[in-house]
Amino acid sequence: MATKASRAAARLMIAPSVILLLGWMIVPLSMTLYFSFLRYNLIMPGDNPFVGWENYYWFVTDPSFKAAMVNTLLLVGGVLFITVVGGTLFALLLDQPMWGQGIIRIMVISPFFVMPTVSGLVWKNMFMNPVNGIFGHLAKGMGFEPIDFFSEIPLLSIIGIVSWQWLPFATLILLTALQSLDSEQLEASEMDGASWISRFWFIMLPHLARAITVVVLIQTIFLLSIFAEILVTTNGGPGTATTNLTYLIYVSSLLQFDVGMGSAGGVIAIILANIVAIFLMRMIGKNLDA
Amino acid sequence: MGQITLNKVSKSFGELEVIPPLDLEIKDGEFVVFVGPSGCGKSTLLRLIAGLEDVSGGEILIDGKDATDIPPAKRGLAMVFQSYALYPHMSVRKNIAFPLRMAGLDKAHQDKKVEEAARVLNLADYLERKPGQLSGGQRQRVAIGRAIVREPAAFLFDEPLSNLDAALRVGMRLEISELHKRLTTTMIYVTHDQVEAMTMADKIVVLRAGNIEQVGSPLELYRTPRNLFVAGFIGSPKMNFVSGPEAQKRDATTIGIRPEHTRVSTDTGDWPGVVGVSEHLGSDTFFHVKCDAFEEPLTVRAGGEVDLKYGDKVFLTPDSAHLHRFDREGLRLP
Repeated sequence: MATKASRAAARLMIAPSVILLLGWMIVPLSMTLYFSFLRYNLIMPGDNPFVGWENYYWFVTDPSFKAAMVNTLLLVGGVLFITVVGGTLFALLLDQPMWGQGIIRIMVISPFFVMPTVSGLVWKNMFMNPVNGIFGHLAKGMGFEPIDFFSEIPLLSIIGIVSWQWLPFATLILLTALQSLDSEQLEASEMDGASWISRFWFIMLPHLARAITVVVLIQTIFLLSIFAEILVTTNGGPGTATTNLTYLIYVSSLLQFDVGMGSAGGVIAIILANIVAIFLMRMIGKNLDA
Repeated sequence: MGQITLNKVSKSFGELEVIPPLDLEIKDGEFVVFVGPSGCGKSTLLRLIAGLEDVSGGEILIDGKDATDIPPAKRGLAMVFQSYALYPHMSVRKNIAFPLRMAGLDKAHQDKKVEEAARVLNLADYLERKPGQLSGGQRQRVAIGRAIVREPAAFLFDEPLSNLDAALRVGMRLEISELHKRLTTTMIYVTHDQVEAMTMADKIVVLRAGNIEQVGSPLELYRTPRNLFVAGFIGSPKMNFVSGPEAQKRDATTIGIRPEHTRVSTDTGDWPGVVGVSEHLGSDTFFHVKCDAFEEPLTVRAGGEVDLKYGDKVFLTPDSAHLHRFDREGLRLP
């Protein structure tokens, strides 16, 4: 069907969108690269001399860089762990026939529709605030000292908020995967004498492997760039306790007005994200082929 | 041992009664086929025996012991599903070994049994493959292998051949019959295909809307169908039914005559008619003949070499020894 003429026409038709998308990516990327090699600080106007790798050197040797890397890893890893395990359990629960199934499913999915800034603020002021928050009230009601979440366990609190946001996504994907499992397979394993645990471990979990891969891949990409939740709750603090790489770049370029340094951080983040992506694709991309 | 007794077993889904109370006795070593049109409750009945569905009333006895409330795995039955239900991420070896592994058998024992089953089923070369790399017939055999290794009291088959193509189906039919002769284990087999029922069964149970219409050996059902439904269901092509004056002449509301029990002649006979479509199978020819006396065309079997064309005038004569007579309720008259 694809004649030479139709192929040429197809290329011509696709060209505008490809060029647009490519430009959309190439222009900011090359500008970031360019800025990262300049001394470009908005507080010190004047000429912006080329300084080579200087920005990179100072960005990487900054003590908050190491903290940001560790925090990023903990944040991504923690949220992935909670959402995958929790999502699997939720999916198993929601797969059971029950009264009001439709409503319950929609309610479980709803956190995903709340904007990150809004959910950050709601958690900060209505749940985790030691004076006004529900958790504080509960603790006081039971005679405990209320926990000041954002100063005592700041990173864990952020992980909690982000997990709450992403749990629905994982649940949704894993639930659909679970529903696509052939019920005859479960019945066969039941006849074969498999207990509930064995059925979960030998039949359901292997069936879910591919969906879990998808969840991990997609979430990792989004979780590497968590920003709004940190900005509205802790501002990266106390100290650098909740500063991740994205937030550190924000601090350099928009709080310290050092565009060059911020750009260098951005380039490092791009490289890291690509390394993670390649690593993930290699490791679990195999799952997607089969 | 594999003797199964159903005692007033019934099943309802909510208000809907799928299986009214029924009794059935399956002897040890028998090959029993449940046959009926789709939606007649035959698969449900099988699942009740397997324990995958709970009975709404009555009791199921396996080898004389009440198994009504025993979970499926403990009933000592093995089931082969329509979709085979192989575990796609496990190799053939692991699939077959799965029930043994669940029973906690040691590795050496497992391997021995798997090898044995693979040898019986000609699967030895495929043990390391995944189900996705096998053909339909091979998957079928793996599913049977998984059932065999458990050494069950009875095998349950739920339309196991319906996903295979026609040629393979005939082959697998033979293989399953062979297996039954060799193992002499009770087998319960569900199908909607009366040919499968006729060729494989020791005993056929004809079901309609959850009711047992007739139980008997294939030839019993063929020779003396209890009612119109069984008469029409068993035999291929279908039995011809005729009502009206011709039936009243023989003191019946309806008479049935099989295509193979009707003689065709070009000069003399009881019922004159005109040849319609003819189906040449080589060994036989089926003519659809429009008789002047009846509304519906009759199907007639003749030899493969009989040469009649569309529109030819013929005479049909029923073989009175093989005429079936039915009363107003559709029940067989003696």
